[in-house]
Amino acid sequence: MPIVDLYNERLSISRAPHIDYVQAIPSSYYIDPKACLRINYETCNLCAQTCTAQAIDFNQKPRKLNLDIGAVVLAPGFGRIDQSVLEKYGYGRFLNVVTSMEFERLTCASGPTEGHIVRLSDKKPLKKIAFLQCVGSRDETCGNGYCSTVCCMYAIKEASVAKEHNPDLDIALFFMDVRTQGKGFDASRERAEDKYGLRVIRARIPRVDQVDGQLALTWTTDDGKSHSELFDMVVLSEGLNAPEDAKAIAEIAGIELNHYGFCKTSVDSPLVASRNGIYVAGAFQGPKDIPESVTQASGVAAMASELLSEVRNTRTVTVSYPEEDKALASEKPRIGIFVCHCGSNIAGVVDVNAVRDYAGTLPGVVFCKDTLYSCSQDALKDIANKIKENRLNRVVIAACSPRTHEPLFQETLKSIGLNPALIEMANIRDQCSWVHSQEPKAATEKAKDVVRMAVAKAGLLEPLEQTTVDVSPTALVIGGGAAGMTAALSIADQGFECVLVERSDQLGGNLRRLVWTMDGEKASKVLDDLIKRVDGHPRIQVMLQAQVEAVSGYVGNFTSSIVKAGQTVVVDHGVIILATGGQEYSPKSYQYGKNNRVVTQLELEANLAKGKGILKNVKNVVMIQCVGSRGEDMSHCSRLCCTQAIKNALKLKEIKPNLRIYCLYRDMRTYGFSEDLFREARKKGVIFIRYEPDRRPQVIEQDRKIKVRVFDRLLKDEIDISACLVVLSVGIAPGGNEALAKIIKTPLTPEGFFLEAHVKLQPVELASEGIYLCGLAHGPKCLDESIAQAKAAAAKAAIPLAKGKAAVAPIISRVDRDACIGCGICESLCPFNAIRLFKVNKRRKAETITASCKGCGICASHCPTLAISMGGFTDEAIMAQIHAFAGEKCA
Amino acid sequence: MTAEVFNPHILGFFCHWCCYAAADAAGVSRYQYPPNVRVIRVMCTGRIDVRFILEAFGCGADGVFTGG
Repeated sequence: MPIVDLYNERLSISRAPHIDYVQAIPSSYYIDPKACLRINYETCNLCAQTCTAQAIDFNQKPRKLNLDIGAVVLAPGFGRIDQSVLEKYGYGRFLNVVTSMEFERLTCASGPTEGHIVRLSDKKPLKKIAFLQCVGSRDETCGNGYCSTVCCMYAIKEASVAKEHNPDLDIALFFMDVRTQGKGFDASRERAEDKYGLRVIRARIPRVDQVDGQLALTWTTDDGKSHSELFDMVVLSEGLNAPEDAKAIAEIAGIELNHYGFCKTSVDSPLVASRNGIYVAGAFQGPKDIPESVTQASGVAAMASELLSEVRNTRTVTVSYPEEDKALASEKPRIGIFVCHCGSNIAGVVDVNAVRDYAGTLPGVVFCKDTLYSCSQDALKDIANKIKENRLNRVVIAACSPRTHEPLFQETLKSIGLNPALIEMANIRDQCSWVHSQEPKAATEKAKDVVRMAVAKAGLLEPLEQTTVDVSPTALVIGGGAAGMTAALSIADQGFECVLVERSDQLGGNLRRLVWTMDGEKASKVLDDLIKRVDGHPRIQVMLQAQVEAVSGYVGNFTSSIVKAGQTVVVDHGVIILATGGQEYSPKSYQYGKNNRVVTQLELEANLAKGKGILKNVKNVVMIQCVGSRGEDMSHCSRLCCTQAIKNALKLKEIKPNLRIYCLYRDMRTYGFSEDLFREARKKGVIFIRYEPDRRPQVIEQDRKIKVRVFDRLLKDEIDISACLVVLSVGIAPGGNEALAKIIKTPLTPEGFFLEAHVKLQPVELASEGIYLCGLAHGPKCLDESIAQAKAAAAKAAIPLAKGKAAVAPIISRVDRDACIGCGICESLCPFNAIRLFKVNKRRKAETITASCKGCGICASHCPTLAISMGGFTDEAIMAQIHAFAGEKCA
Repeated sequence: MTAEVFNPHILGFFCHWCCYAAADAAGVSRYQYPPNVRVIRVMCTGRIDVRFILEAFGCGADGVFTGG
């Protein structure tokens, strides 16, 4: 019986037994109990009768389980904006008013329209789309006074995807402020605006009307002009609500919620709910994007690991493998090949059956088969069985990329006693069907060639020994600010030794200069608490006035030289955490440094902390945002300055309520719950004036007085504001990371911050294994975000430490000692110092340092006597591939 | 101009860490390019021995692409 497909936002139909989407985990069908006829009316039962695996059991009943657990993590995500809020914008009345969630499904290739963006009213293509921001966010009338943080960027993304699909679309986006404060977000937004010609309009649309089947929008811009325009579709960028069951969760868990119904946390403990042992991650803690959610998820893992460090490894299950069948491996190659359809990903372009039949004709191949999804659990079982049944000793999987899937198939080989090196993958998806989708014949020919080359190599594969090395159970944390101290404490609390290196003469970093946190607490309290705990921790060794000069080694076995007071100390450690911080940007303009009435936000804080002296005779204060940031000197948004300015404006108002405060800004980016502070500042009379980047404000000194000149968009003229004090919201500059980046051989972003391995999914890992990242070294962020990220880095860093052993990939070089003439070319060329020369019977011979070798093969390609062979990439195997490439031409 | 189109037979040596990864990424993004390259994955372009390139040309390759 058809039911609405909730995954596809009710835009298509599904059935009671269904799977939400093909990549769903676990990838098995489930039955919607609300729609099932058997459950509700005791009829039907068709599915149970037809399931050949007899996997459907209607006798199952809900069970109550009692589990002994030490920590609880709450990650229920976010809830949806109430329908009544959407209805204010015509949703429900006008079919072509859709939510951003619905639009997301429309743009998805596996969505209800296969990625074609159509009007829902008549399923016809459309021309003009408007995105309305802040639907259910920054809106006290619906109870959501906060900013949902993610909608500005996702609207830009959805608009870009739509334009990519249909370049003729005309897309307008209506913002109050453009809040793309995430790392790299401003750059992507600017690229998108530029590349796709997206129209950014600063206005809040109050309502949507329908005129002759089209949707009419009317708005006023901040230059006082009124506009109206017709659109084919209106997308409501709906915000993130607290989860629907937040109250129930809070009651069950015994925790407090904040005034918006999200989990209550504090700036210094952003991952801790109000009850011991209960942690929170993701949108339930406050609206946030994927990188921050993933970061928090790792962070709570660290918290749980700290709490449970004493019982680590007490309930583990060890996977055991059968002994390797060495006799079978040494037999003449019996190659089996499995050609994957990958659903329609490969089979939709490449003639998989033809490739399979062709593979069967290749020399050495004794078995061939096509599979629907080779990587699915049942297919892996089948592959294992076929290998055993046919006594295969070399396996070729023609499917996707070895970069992503080789480990999975290697595991299958291991599980049946075959050496994992005896597999070769032929990439007929990522580098064939996907990139030649319009040329099925040529793609099929290419797939055959690629398979032929893989088979040629497979015949020459040899078993390789998998070695492991012990891990030095110590972490090196570089940087002793809030992030570095938090990471060090977490590592130590998880039970591992930690060396904390700080270049200055005291711990604290930028936190030392902060006076109040965003939630109004004293920053010194957070600082003192961190320092006290670090100093008193038996497993943390603090090295002040120390700098890392050299790092060698690899995950599990790093050796670093640290210079302290002219002396070099050598430290062995298993992992590295980079927490080198950032620095306050020092402005070159706005009379900064020339006039002592022009100060930065941090200087203002420091002055206020000393007393009210700085406010003597001060009537007017002008704050200028984005000094140095967003294209002035630095291209990035410094993320925290808007909230910092508001925090200080409110502090000024608290001390001197009659003070006139002007804030000159481009976009007020008080994301998340900081929006409350922004609203409070407006209520208390702080005046906000928006400026465009091509008309930045000027600070003018005249007759010993200062005035700030700014273009007023409503008056269409420049106005002068006399200022007793000018406060510059200077951005966060990277902390001079170049030297360290060179030492650890890791890339920086164009802005000079460290680059993470994957922006969304590996936000605290570097591309080099065993090195992790947190705090301002990663990019500008608020204190609570730095603390959460430090916890996350500590969680990731603890993984190799807790395992105690690190596997060395067996693709390393091996020197044939008899053929080696000891010339030393390999040693001099090796970029990893992984080859050394030693003397055997007075003759020099080269030798690989197994644990340091990365398998690059520079040594092998330069050895004059061909004495060096690379695991999995031997000369013979590569030559065989070349000959197979040429086919009959090189018989 | 003859009616016959030159359809080169190109052998590629792609570094596992960069060019091979980029070629995979091109697939993920569904970029389209001519189907003339056959790829041998190596762990680094440093692995490429001059003999490999000469052998490829000797065997009739019209071009050799090294990416790393």
